[in-house]
Formats: sequence, C-alpha cells, structure tokens
Amino acid sequence: MAMERGCKSTGGEPHVLAVDDSSVDRAVIANVLRSSKYRVTAVDSGKRALELLGLERDVNMIITDYWMPEMTGYELLKRVKESSELKQIPVVIMSSENVPNRISRCLEEGAEDFLLKPIQPSDVSRLCSRFLR
Amino acid sequence: MAPTALQEKLNGLVNSMFAEGLLDEQFQQLQMLQDGSNPGFVAEVVTLFCEDSERILAELTKLMDQAVVDYSKVDAYVHQLKGSSSSVGAQNVKLACIQFRQFCEDNNKEGCMRALNVVKHEYYHLRSKFETMLHLENRIQAYETKQQS
Repeated sequence: MAMERGCKSTGGEPHVLAVDDSSVDRAVIANVLRSSKYRVTAVDSGKRALELLGLERDVNMIITDYWMPEMTGYELLKRVKESSELKQIPVVIMSSENVPNRISRCLEEGAEDFLLKPIQPSDVSRLCSRFLR
Repeated sequence: MAPTALQEKLNGLVNSMFAEGLLDEQFQQLQMLQDGSNPGFVAEVVTLFCEDSERILAELTKLMDQAVVDYSKVDAYVHQLKGSSSSVGAQNVKLACIQFRQFCEDNNKEGCMRALNVVKHEYYHLRSKFETMLHLENRIQAYETKQQS
C-alpha cells in the first residue's frame, strides 16, 4: 500500500522534516527525534523544505522554527496548508518566544501545535504519539 | 592519567560549570540524549554552538562599529545567539543576550556596547571550559578505544 501523505505512517519509521536556520537547533531537534526512532531530514530554510516536500512523498510531520530569514515558519505553514498535496501533513511550529498573537495566528492557520524552545524529548514524544505511528 | 581520574576530572569540571551558572538543565538534557548510537552528540552541538557564536559576535562587532547603528539587525543577531545559547544550555550567555536585547529595544548605543562586551566575556569564558571538557572527553575516548583494540 502506498504511504498516505501526512498523519499516520503505514510502515517503516515515520519521517519527520525538521526546518530551522540554526545549526545548533537543527542538531538538537534531529537528535531528539532520532532518539525516539524517527527518520529525520533537517533543512535550514522554508525554501529547502518546500523543495524537499516536492520530491519526497513520505514526510509524515513537519516541525519548523517560526523565525527564519526569507520565509518564516508561519509562511511555510501557509504554503503547506494551501497545497492540496501537502495540506494533510501535520505542521508543528517552534519558537524561543512566547508571543500569544503568534501562537494563535499559527494555530488558526492550521498548525497542530506550538512548542517553546528549547525542545524537550517529552515534547516530541507527546507530538509524535498524536500524529505518528 | 588513569581513565577514572580523567573521568573524575571531567565530572568535576562539568559540575563546576553548573555551579557557576555557565550551564543550566538544558545541557543535562543534551547529555541524556548522548548514547552509544550517537556518542559524539554533545561535542557536535558544543562545536556548532561555538562556530555559530563566533560568527554572530563578529557580525555584532561590525554592526556596533558603525556610526549609525542598525538596532534591528543587531537585535536579530542577538536573538539568534540567545536562541542557540538556550538550546545548548549556555545560561550566562543567554542571560547576557536578554540584557543586550533590552538595550537594543531602547536604541541605547552605550548600553549595547557594554552588553556586547559582557556577552563576549561570558562566551569566551564558557568556550574555554568547553575546550577543556572536550579535551578530557577525547582523552577518555582514546583510552577506551585503545583498551578495546
């Protein structure tokens, strides 16, 4: 059976796309996800994320930083949710700042959750049990 | 030096870094993520943090040297450094960045200059400790590799 786009994995390790312009944060989030046995692709921009999403059909969740140059995580979220091919993929936003307007804007746009950095393994476990198996 | 003595020295160093406020519980989280499948994780993150920090500090120095300071650019860089220091558990660097951002918000050049010096001081102090930490880890790892062969 072909893997369904987004949501539940139908076989093999779930594939998470992590998007963050910070090399430190990419390393941390990738390791947190891998330690929970997820396959991870980490990219440094929204542009690269969209390029990858156009090529790979098996991304089960996107976790993206909010504040990135050129394309913010919010803008990436909008592009994903506007796409008939991508909109089923759960998107989680991360930010180092607790800004209520920012959080509600992302949730209204279709983000599944909003995490405050630094991300903890317990955050990832909670998310992935909701969206990935 | 025997490996147990090296390990004790390493533990003592890391404990003192926590006690001094150089590191916070986020660094403990990183240590807990390091395991047999990824034994170099902490070293990788620390190295990335140092590379990133030095790039940012160089940019901040250039920006603050300008006759007319672009505070939004300064703030953007300080925000980045605050983020990565938070992710690695570099507590004092993070706190210094928070203070720096306040001066940016006030467009206070003198305050920003002082804050930049504080951030540099805290970063270089931490970097020195990280270098010792990684050196000790490498020595322990080299001994363990030799024992296995």
